[in-house]
Amino acid sequence: MRRLTSLQTFLVLITGLQFFTFYPLLATPYLSGPRWGAFLMLPLIIYCLAFSLRRKRKKPIPALEWAALAYLIAFVPITLSSLNGFGSEAPPTNYWTTVIACIATAWLLNELLSSSNYRNAWVARLAFYAAPLIFGLSVLYLWEVLTRGLHIPFVLLPPPSMIWTRLIHSLPTLWADFQQTFLKAVITGYALGCGLGFLVAIAIDRSPFLQKGLLPLGNFVSALPVIGVAPIMVMWFGFDWQSKVAVVVIMTFFPMLVNTVSGLAATSSMEKDLMRTYAATWFQTLVKLRLPAAWPFIFNALKINSTLALIGAIVAEFFGTPIVGMGFRISTEVGRMNVDMVWAEIAVAAVAGSAFYGIVALIERAVTFWHPSVRNARTV
Amino acid sequence: MEKSNFFKDRVMPVGVILLALLVIWYVAVIFLNVPFERDTAARAGTAITFSEILPKTMFQQRPVLPAPHQVIAEIWNTTVLMPITSKRSLVYHAWITLSATLLGFGIGTVLGILLAVGIVHNRAMDRSLMPWVIASQTIPILAIAPMIIVVLNAVGISGLLPKALISTYLSFFPIVVGMVKGLRSPEQIQLDLMHTYYASPSQTFWKLRWPSSMPYLFTSLKVAIAISLVGAIVGELPTGAVSGLGARLLAGSYYGQTVQIWSALFMAAALAATLVIIVGFAHTAVLKRMGTRA
Repeated sequence: MRRLTSLQTFLVLITGLQFFTFYPLLATPYLSGPRWGAFLMLPLIIYCLAFSLRRKRKKPIPALEWAALAYLIAFVPITLSSLNGFGSEAPPTNYWTTVIACIATAWLLNELLSSSNYRNAWVARLAFYAAPLIFGLSVLYLWEVLTRGLHIPFVLLPPPSMIWTRLIHSLPTLWADFQQTFLKAVITGYALGCGLGFLVAIAIDRSPFLQKGLLPLGNFVSALPVIGVAPIMVMWFGFDWQSKVAVVVIMTFFPMLVNTVSGLAATSSMEKDLMRTYAATWFQTLVKLRLPAAWPFIFNALKINSTLALIGAIVAEFFGTPIVGMGFRISTEVGRMNVDMVWAEIAVAAVAGSAFYGIVALIERAVTFWHPSVRNARTV
Repeated sequence: MEKSNFFKDRVMPVGVILLALLVIWYVAVIFLNVPFERDTAARAGTAITFSEILPKTMFQQRPVLPAPHQVIAEIWNTTVLMPITSKRSLVYHAWITLSATLLGFGIGTVLGILLAVGIVHNRAMDRSLMPWVIASQTIPILAIAPMIIVVLNAVGISGLLPKALISTYLSFFPIVVGMVKGLRSPEQIQLDLMHTYYASPSQTFWKLRWPSSMPYLFTSLKVAIAISLVGAIVGELPTGAVSGLGARLLAGSYYGQTVQIWSALFMAAALAATLVIIVGFAHTAVLKRMGTRA
């Protein structure tokens, strides 16, 4: 058996101590709902049996990871389903010790998964992806248990289950908002802004004077709260999505310009000389040498812009919009104290934003496969 | 030699481009504001020539696009000529925004550094937390801003703190990412040297990792302070336009006061530039004291 660090031993100890206090939780007032809760204990019991039989048969001990996983499978559903049984009264102390033990076990599982080197490549990969997943799930779990167990006012922070129900039940509204804000404003603005930035960078490529003038300005503008132009754009282009497109174009233009210009400057003079010896024209040099060398910079801007675009479109909607759109929904539902709807909208925005970023990152991997950062990431 | 180069390479091009922008601005002012004057003249039933319109477009009360000199005059009026305590003083509003920015930036920096130290020293934290830190950058956090404000208001917390929290949230992530990179920047050979000195983990941290992370820290601080100003401004939008630069923007857009919007915008830009420059100075000062050739 491998040695445990002091932190890991401590976590095991917490979980072990809790074992003596959990029994009342299986009684009727707490474990309401379906009685399947008891079956969830099975993997844990099997593990305990295997553990006690180990000495007699001299078999190697089952991995501690499985024990932690079995513990979580047993107790997380039990603690979640017993939340319904409490009603309006406060949960007993042994409930909270069980919750603490669950969190400690999840932490222990993460510690084990990230500290050991698995020989099997597939297991190693699984452990690599499992660690962040377990962390995210335990945050959700803690959120659910704390908000419902402590009876935190729903206006302050609704539990995830409630947000999920709301999300499922108002899909048409959310889809309309998504269409208005994301498909119309963000995508159009992103394409226009990035395209424009790219074209301007190419256009000023042959003029060092313009580059010297525009680069410091572009860097400066990147640090400014550009989002402030939103009210002006709403005034100029009206309430509908066109004004949001304008805001997004302005926000995405400068990062793209600055990055493309510095990307085009990234080729060394040696490579340029080589192109000269080939008698390559400016256009050939651009397409065959300098643009490929600039891709990492350009994708950097594309990634930055994917978040900026969504932020720009949502914030611009705070300044005026037709009665649809993510920013509009967020600000009005906050006013009506429909906090679960706000969170549902935020969840949609989060998923859309991450997916957008992820797609850009995937394209980057495909295009700049030769870049060290991509190659290193692959070998890990 | 050095000076003329600086002039030729920096001041000249930037100056020319700024001048060109100014000219474009003035031309745009004329074209955007002419329709309004035409309409007024048509409504009054008088014919108006272009040469008569031209000066009028420069001095409209609520122009579509205010002329630069109007914006400058407004800024002058609301900063120098107005007592700072007045509710119409732009300095007062800038101060409200600045205080929220700085508080949020401070909390965000401390939190970000602490988290980065944890991530660097604990493998489990690195594996489980880092993907979320990166993913959270792709999420439009600003969308949560109105909710944080309104919800905290409902509990009775209002004023500086909610806005500062939004700034904290925004400034926190660049610092975590930058600091993790910085604290990991010492090479294996240097860490091995510390090992041969029998240095404790805390000694390695304070004498090797911390100093070598400074350039990374300041680079992310520059990003963080700019973005926390954005957070503070956006945080002021849903509070019902009481005070702060964001509130000025919102009030201006409600009442069609374009000059006010533009002056608030310029003030915000000046504020951002000043903050970034201050961080830049701190950067060079710290690096100089550490003996780095910057």
